Amino acid sequence: MNSAITEQSMASGRNGRVADIVCAATDLWHTYENHEALKGVDLRTHAGEIFALLGPNGSGKTTLFRLLSTLMPIQRGTVRISGFDSHTNPLAVRRQIGVVFQSPSLDNKLTVDENIACQGALYGLTGKELNSRRDVLLDQLDLTNRRKDLCETLSGGLKRRVELVKGMLHRPRLLLLDEPSTGLDPGARLDLWNAVRAMSDEGTSVLLTTHLLEEADKADQVAIMHKGRKIDQGSPAQLRSNLGDGVVTIESTNVSDAERILREELGLFPQRLHHQLRLQSDSAAELVPVISARLGNQVQAITIGRPSLEDVFIAKTGHKFQ
Amino acid sequence: MSTLTSGNTLATPTTTAGLAAAWMLARREWTRFFRQRNRVTAAILQPLLFWLLFGTGLRGSFTGAGDQSFIEFFLPGTVGLIILFTAIFATISVIEDRREGFMQSVLVAPVGRWPVLAGKVLGGGAIAWVQATFFLLLVYLFGAAPLSWTIVPLMLLLAIVAAGMCSLGMIVAWPMDSTQGFHAIMMLGLMPMWLLSGSFFPIPAWNDSNLGQMILGGVMRVNPLSYAMVEMRRLIYPEIDFSAAGFAPSSSACWCVTILATVFVSVLAWYFVRGSRKVDVVV
Repeated sequence: MNSAITEQSMASGRNGRVADIVCAATDLWHTYENHEALKGVDLRTHAGEIFALLGPNGSGKTTLFRLLSTLMPIQRGTVRISGFDSHTNPLAVRRQIGVVFQSPSLDNKLTVDENIACQGALYGLTGKELNSRRDVLLDQLDLTNRRKDLCETLSGGLKRRVELVKGMLHRPRLLLLDEPSTGLDPGARLDLWNAVRAMSDEGTSVLLTTHLLEEADKADQVAIMHKGRKIDQGSPAQLRSNLGDGVVTIESTNVSDAERILREELGLFPQRLHHQLRLQSDSAAELVPVISARLGNQVQAITIGRPSLEDVFIAKTGHKFQ
Repeated sequence: MSTLTSGNTLATPTTTAGLAAAWMLARREWTRFFRQRNRVTAAILQPLLFWLLFGTGLRGSFTGAGDQSFIEFFLPGTVGLIILFTAIFATISVIEDRREGFMQSVLVAPVGRWPVLAGKVLGGGAIAWVQATFFLLLVYLFGAAPLSWTIVPLMLLLAIVAAGMCSLGMIVAWPMDSTQGFHAIMMLGLMPMWLLSGSFFPIPAWNDSNLGQMILGGVMRVNPLSYAMVEMRRLIYPEIDFSAAGFAPSSSACWCVTILATVFVSVLAWYFVRGSRKVDVVV
């Protein structure tokens, strides 16, 4: 019943074409007893797009992940995936999604092939269809020579790749990855990202949660989460460009006095963060000598850098990304 | 290196997909069982030891119907014990699956929850059934019980009891967070259920009982497992007349109670597995 896949937006993928909306979450709220974990989150992901939910621990991204993966019932708001409503038609939604959890979901007493066969059975894949799909994915993720091994003998990186094969086995339109790089060494992370990129190139929409800034930087779209709210969204370049060309960070012996001088005498609006003052500007390089001259010996250190996603988070929340 | 081809999802929304999933989950139970050698060894040796030790130790202090010794009386009880413990311990894997993460991937699959229950009952029940059959084969091989045509209905009865016990295990295991909690319930509820089924001592007759025995006899008579044990005893020893024993319902009554109890616990297990969201929150 793929006629339900009718939603389109004018958003363009990496190749510039108009892409289908695959996942549309609208006004999502979720409460655990007295704690509001999500407060009115909206998001859209498109075919062929890698979408990162970036946020520190407790920001609500895991709750959002569980709602999108149908593991928890929706309390308020709507989720539509490939046009199917998650609340009224969860089984149809589950056919559209592949899920790779942060914690392992492999049966360690089974081989790689047996785990994949199990996954195939859960999605109605058997026989030649399962075998050909499995062979392609094992080959792509360089697991062919480990297919007969028990999962308990695999390294963390290899297990993660098997998880990815499971998630992609039924060719989902939306692949959900919860903290995919957790516990992986740099080489395994690179392999994983190559695989993720290949999948999105084939038209799969990939939505991942992460608390790693460098991981979010590789995504096409980033939604920054903080205390249950989506506080900003855009491509990493867009988000950074909103802060200007550079970020000036000043460490001072007397932060309060330095802040007063910058505000009252130089007409600047620094953001105070612990023992630092931070300024975003299109002319950051020109500001440095001016600030340095005016603050004189009060300055312990003054640095200038290109805006990062952490700077975006700090600018939006006033908190360090931890 | 191969490339993926784009297209619609391959997941198929059919009932056969649910059946295939249930079958795969059952096979998984089987595979896991045989890959844990200590589990296989214990499964064979434990009931044999139980039967021989209790049977030999209490031989002199017991005379049952047809002049049965305790080792003969305890044989159906041992078979019941094998079924009870194996089937119920097989369902403990539900808790392990949840803790190890495997259950998450099952719960987000488009087959619903009935294949989870069916897979566990089928897989765990088959393990229990085969184990009990293997034990009976040893018994027949060494001539400890007479081999007769009644082995056919006996196998059927064991299969029904195994399915019922697995469903009962699912009811206990599904909402549990820890295997320790499961063991506690086992010792508190299921072990007495076996003891009060006429497995270890006969069900007292009404006519020559004191008050305590009458209460005990009443509890044992409402225990559905007692009816399965009576019929199991008849099928293992077809030549002995048990009609004079304290509790001797007809064969048809025993089969009816056993089947109805199995259906009831299976429906109850389905109700819990389908309705509970606790498992989702725990993972």
